[in-house]
Amino acid sequence: MSWFSRGKSPIGKIGKRIFPEGVFIKCEGCGDTIYSSDFEKDFRVCAKCGKHHVLPAYRRIELLLDEGTFEEKDENLQSTDPLKFRDTKKYRDRLKSAERASGTSEAVVCGSGKMNGWAVELCAFEFAFMGGSMGSVAGEKMVRAIERAVERKCPVVIVACSGGARMQEGTNSLMQMAKTSASLALLGEAGLPFISVLTHPTTGGVTASFAMLGDVIIAEPEALICFAGPRVIEQTIRQTLPEGFQRSEFLLDHGFLDMITPRAELKSTISSLIKHMSTAIPLENRPS
Amino acid sequence: MAESFLEFEKKIIEMEKKLEELRALGKQGDADFSSEVKKMQKKIGRLRHDTFKGLSRWEKTQMARHPARPYAYDYISEMLSDFVEIHGDRCFGDGPSIVGGFASLDDKPVLVIGQQKGRDTKEKMYRNFGMAHPEGYRKALRMMRLAEKFKTPIITLLDTPGAYPGIGAEERGQAEAIARSLIEMASFKVPIICVVIGEGGSGGALALGVGNRILMMEYAVYSVISPEGCAAILWKDQSKITEAAEALSLTSEDLLKQGLIDEVVKEPLGGAHRSPKETAHILRRVIRRHLAELTEMTPEELKVDRRAKFRQMGPFTQ
Repeated sequence: MSWFSRGKSPIGKIGKRIFPEGVFIKCEGCGDTIYSSDFEKDFRVCAKCGKHHVLPAYRRIELLLDEGTFEEKDENLQSTDPLKFRDTKKYRDRLKSAERASGTSEAVVCGSGKMNGWAVELCAFEFAFMGGSMGSVAGEKMVRAIERAVERKCPVVIVACSGGARMQEGTNSLMQMAKTSASLALLGEAGLPFISVLTHPTTGGVTASFAMLGDVIIAEPEALICFAGPRVIEQTIRQTLPEGFQRSEFLLDHGFLDMITPRAELKSTISSLIKHMSTAIPLENRPS
Repeated sequence: MAESFLEFEKKIIEMEKKLEELRALGKQGDADFSSEVKKMQKKIGRLRHDTFKGLSRWEKTQMARHPARPYAYDYISEMLSDFVEIHGDRCFGDGPSIVGGFASLDDKPVLVIGQQKGRDTKEKMYRNFGMAHPEGYRKALRMMRLAEKFKTPIITLLDTPGAYPGIGAEERGQAEAIARSLIEMASFKVPIICVVIGEGGSGGALALGVGNRILMMEYAVYSVISPEGCAAILWKDQSKITEAAEALSLTSEDLLKQGLIDEVVKEPLGGAHRSPKETAHILRRVIRRHLAELTEMTPEELKVDRRAKFRQMGPFTQ
């Protein structure tokens, strides 16, 4: 018997006593423990291994927009539960608990703001709201953001983080793919830039619509970006997929991304891009 | 008559076989069975009526996937003339899950594109069971650009379990191919009529579905996910397919009620596969009517109309 052997698992108890809940976070990449306050200060990127964790929508807005410039729009839009959908739980109940879990009213938060002085319409997905799934409300909110951009002649930035179209609204959700894509055509005709930012994970009907239609498409490192998820493919072809398949680096390699940009450089990269694509942007929407 | 049938068709098929036997006996001439034949015909008619009146959403999904159901090529050859098929996406391949080309409808040019599932095993493999790779969508888009160039109306026939989930498809940008199709279809200035003839499988179907008119055959379905996929994800139980199909509200009638499609095209009693020719002729009449309305519009109006149509899809409160 070792001198160091322990009795009944005291680790948990010690852990609890020394580390009150929430003080430390375990990195999903390297497994290292990080002070939550450092983790949040770094916008949920591990300082040790650089792993980019899922970032809540309001933190994303804080990351990308100049302080105090964000004006949220259409946060009062709500689903009507058009199919009275019920699986093991009612869709209505899922919506309520999603709102509690995420602190947002839907899977995407939209509004106007400034990015290094440039006026933008920004839409940020909230993964904690039903996996960031796109239903009728998410579609409508994005289209309104795009229409506002056309109206006041500014760029659109959408940060995707989504499992795809929301099953609980059936074909209504599917049609949001066409609805959002069609309104991007309007933005394009106005000569205004659309920057699409893909974060972990971006899949399904979201990837196969507006997310892949950016004038410039930027991904965060090692994000899963795909149409069909790895599990679906593995079930179909009955093979294990190679390491790194459908990750940002794989997509860049295959020509479907313009660049991979770490979170810390996103804001400066996007605002530089806007500057280079700003022919149609009037003076009042430029940095003073 | 098709050899393959669904469980709820079985009784009808059996009775039809008996009727045939009775008729054959009558023809041999010894006895007169005409009153029995008439009775039997009535009985079959009633049974068919009752069976098809009360189909569940899952049963309708099975109808949409019926192995004997007419496919895109069947409609093309029956509705249109002078079909000239064209091939290739000019990037990578042909993508034979999607077929299309120029044709005439009442001596006027149209461009027709259809998702083709394949009838026998060999063709099914070749067509990848109607599940397109990106090159299929890119070929379709190439064809639609030709239609735009020559100011030719576009007819698309949707029938796919979904876009193919595979390594090659992902490597070659399945998502990008679908997205590109959505935005460009929303911008063309020619009439576009989309018809779901069988299975409208999610984004793989929608990629050809951005039209001025969206029609569905009576026993077609159009859904964000298959009932099987939905059962596996939400119920975590593959056996809850019937429940999932009910919850998804995916039938033509459901979609008309939701305001997502323009018209349900009635099929002959018992479904399109009972009378493919008649079905194609019914569809041709409906397409003709919509096309006549759309050709009254200017090119710009057609584009604006299509965008406005999708703009209002999906309910919400505020």
